[in-house]
Amino acid sequence: MSLKFPIYMDYQATTPMDPRVHEEMNPYFDEKFGNAASRNHSFGWEAEKAVDDAREKLAAVIGADPREIIFTSGATESDNMALKGVAEMYKKKGNHIITSAIEHKAIIDSAKRLETWGFDVTYIEPPENGITTAEMVEDAMRDDTILVSIMAANNEVGVLNPIAEIGALCRGRGILFHTDATQGYGKIPIDVDEMNIDLLSASAHKVYGPKGVGLIYVRRRRPRVRLSAIIDGGGHERGMRSGTLNVSGIVGFGKAAELCMEEMEEENIRLTNLRDKFKATMFESLDEVYVNGHETNRLSGNLNLSFPYVEGESLIMGLSDVAVSSGSACTSASLEPSYVLKAMGRGDELAHSSIRYGFGRFSTEEEIDYVAEKTTGIVNRLREMSPLYEMVKEGVDLSKVEWQSH
Amino acid sequence: MAYSDKVVDHYNNPRNVGSLDKADQTVGTGIVGAPECGDVMKLQIKVDDGGLIEDAKFKTFGCGSAIASSSLATEWLKGKTVDEAEEIKNTQIVEELNLPPVKIHCSVLAEDAIKTALNDFREKNGMPVVERKGHH
Repeated sequence: MSLKFPIYMDYQATTPMDPRVHEEMNPYFDEKFGNAASRNHSFGWEAEKAVDDAREKLAAVIGADPREIIFTSGATESDNMALKGVAEMYKKKGNHIITSAIEHKAIIDSAKRLETWGFDVTYIEPPENGITTAEMVEDAMRDDTILVSIMAANNEVGVLNPIAEIGALCRGRGILFHTDATQGYGKIPIDVDEMNIDLLSASAHKVYGPKGVGLIYVRRRRPRVRLSAIIDGGGHERGMRSGTLNVSGIVGFGKAAELCMEEMEEENIRLTNLRDKFKATMFESLDEVYVNGHETNRLSGNLNLSFPYVEGESLIMGLSDVAVSSGSACTSASLEPSYVLKAMGRGDELAHSSIRYGFGRFSTEEEIDYVAEKTTGIVNRLREMSPLYEMVKEGVDLSKVEWQSH
Repeated sequence: MAYSDKVVDHYNNPRNVGSLDKADQTVGTGIVGAPECGDVMKLQIKVDDGGLIEDAKFKTFGCGSAIASSSLATEWLKGKTVDEAEEIKNTQIVEELNLPPVKIHCSVLAEDAIKTALNDFREKNGMPVVERKGHH
C-alpha cells in the first residue's frame, strides 16, 4: 500500500470522521431536518426519536441511564458546566474544589474563573509518571470540599488515572466527582456506577464523530446531582442546557459511540501493537529517548517522547510531511514549553524537546514505520548539529554550565 | 508556521556545521543562549596570519530559524577581517532570511554569538576586546 501524505499522527487533537458516521448523519441535514423540541408534528417527532436513539447509545458506553446524558457543544462546554454549575449550586455546602495541574485548559481555566468568584482551588501536581492517585486527592480533601475533577486520560501524555479509586474515595466522603473523559470516552472501559462517577465530559470529534457536539453525564440518583445552568433559554435538556439540539451532530455522535463500543477491544490491541513497534524502533535507533508519562498505563494511541539535545520545533520542521504536535508551543509564538510536562517535573529542556505522536483508527503499520524511520533520521542529523549533544559526549554536565541566557 | 525558502534551505543544507579546536590560539569561540530557553548557539572562527577569517563553524540547538541564522552567519564571516565581522548586524540576518517578528531573537542570538567569538579571539591574542553596548 502506498503512503498518502501528509501523514496524520495527531489523533489526540482531533480525529477524521468515520465514513459510517457521515453516512448516518446525512439525512438529518435536509430530509429529516426537524427540531427535536417540536411537539406538534412528525418532523419534530422524527428528530426527537433520532436524538433518543443516540442518547441511548451514548449512555451505554459508560453504563449510564439515557436520561443522564445532556448534550453540549463539546467537552469544553461540558467541563465549564461541571465546574461552574456545581460550584454555583453547592456553594452553600462548601467552597473548595480539587483538580490537577495537568488537566485540559477547559478545566484549569474554569477553575481559575471560580477562584475569581471566591472559591478555593487545589491543583494537585502529579509526579513524573503523570498519574494522579487517590492518595493525592485524599491529602487535598478538606471539610469544605464540594467537587473533585480529575481527568480519565491526559490529552498530552496519554496517562490514565485511577478514576475508580478516586470515585470510591469521593463517594465515601460525600464529595461530587467529575471526570473529563474527553480522551478516554469510547477508548477505555468506563462505568459510571462501578467507578462512582457523578459527572463526566466527552466530545464527538475525538471518537471519529463530528466537531461541535459533546455531552455531559449528570448522575440522577444516589446522589442526584444538580447543576446551575450556564446557558438559559427554552429549558431543553432538563433545563441544564438550553438551545435547539444539534440533531445531525448528535446522530453522528451516537453512531460514533456505537462503533467505538463494537471495536474498542480489537482497536486497542491493534493500536497498542503499532505504538509498541514504533517505540521499539525509536529505542533501537537512538541513544537517548524518554517516554513522557507512565510507560504502559496510557492510552493505546498515544506516545509522548522527549529527544534530549534536539529542539522540538526544529524536529517538527524536519517532519514536514507528518502532522504531530510539539510539547513546546513555540509555533504559537509563546515560546512556552508544555505546562503539562513542566508540572510533571520535566525540566524546560526536555519539555522543549518533546513530540506527541497520536495514533488512531486509520493509522497503518506503513505510516508508523515511515514516521519512526524519518524521526530517527532527523533526530540524529539535528544531534550532529547540536552543541549540547557535543558537550555531553565530551563529558560536560549541562546542568553545571553557566549559560548566557537572554 | 510557514518558513521562508531561505530558512528551509539552510535547515536542509546547513553550511559549515562542525567544530574547531577551542584551544587553538587562532580560533575564537562563542557559545550563547540556554537550553531551558530552547536555543543554544556555538559559533567559531579561525583567523589566518593576514587577519582574515579563513574558516567558520557552527552548532545550534534551536528552531529552524536559529539554525538558519547561525548557518548564514558562518557564510558571511568567511573572508572578512575581524573588524569587518564586527559590523554584521542581526537586522541584516532578519532581512536575508525573511524572519517573522517572533523569530527575531534568533538573529539577535546569532549576532551575539559572532561578537562573543570575535572577542574570544581578541582576548586570546592580546587585542583589546570590543565593549558591548547594553544587552537585549
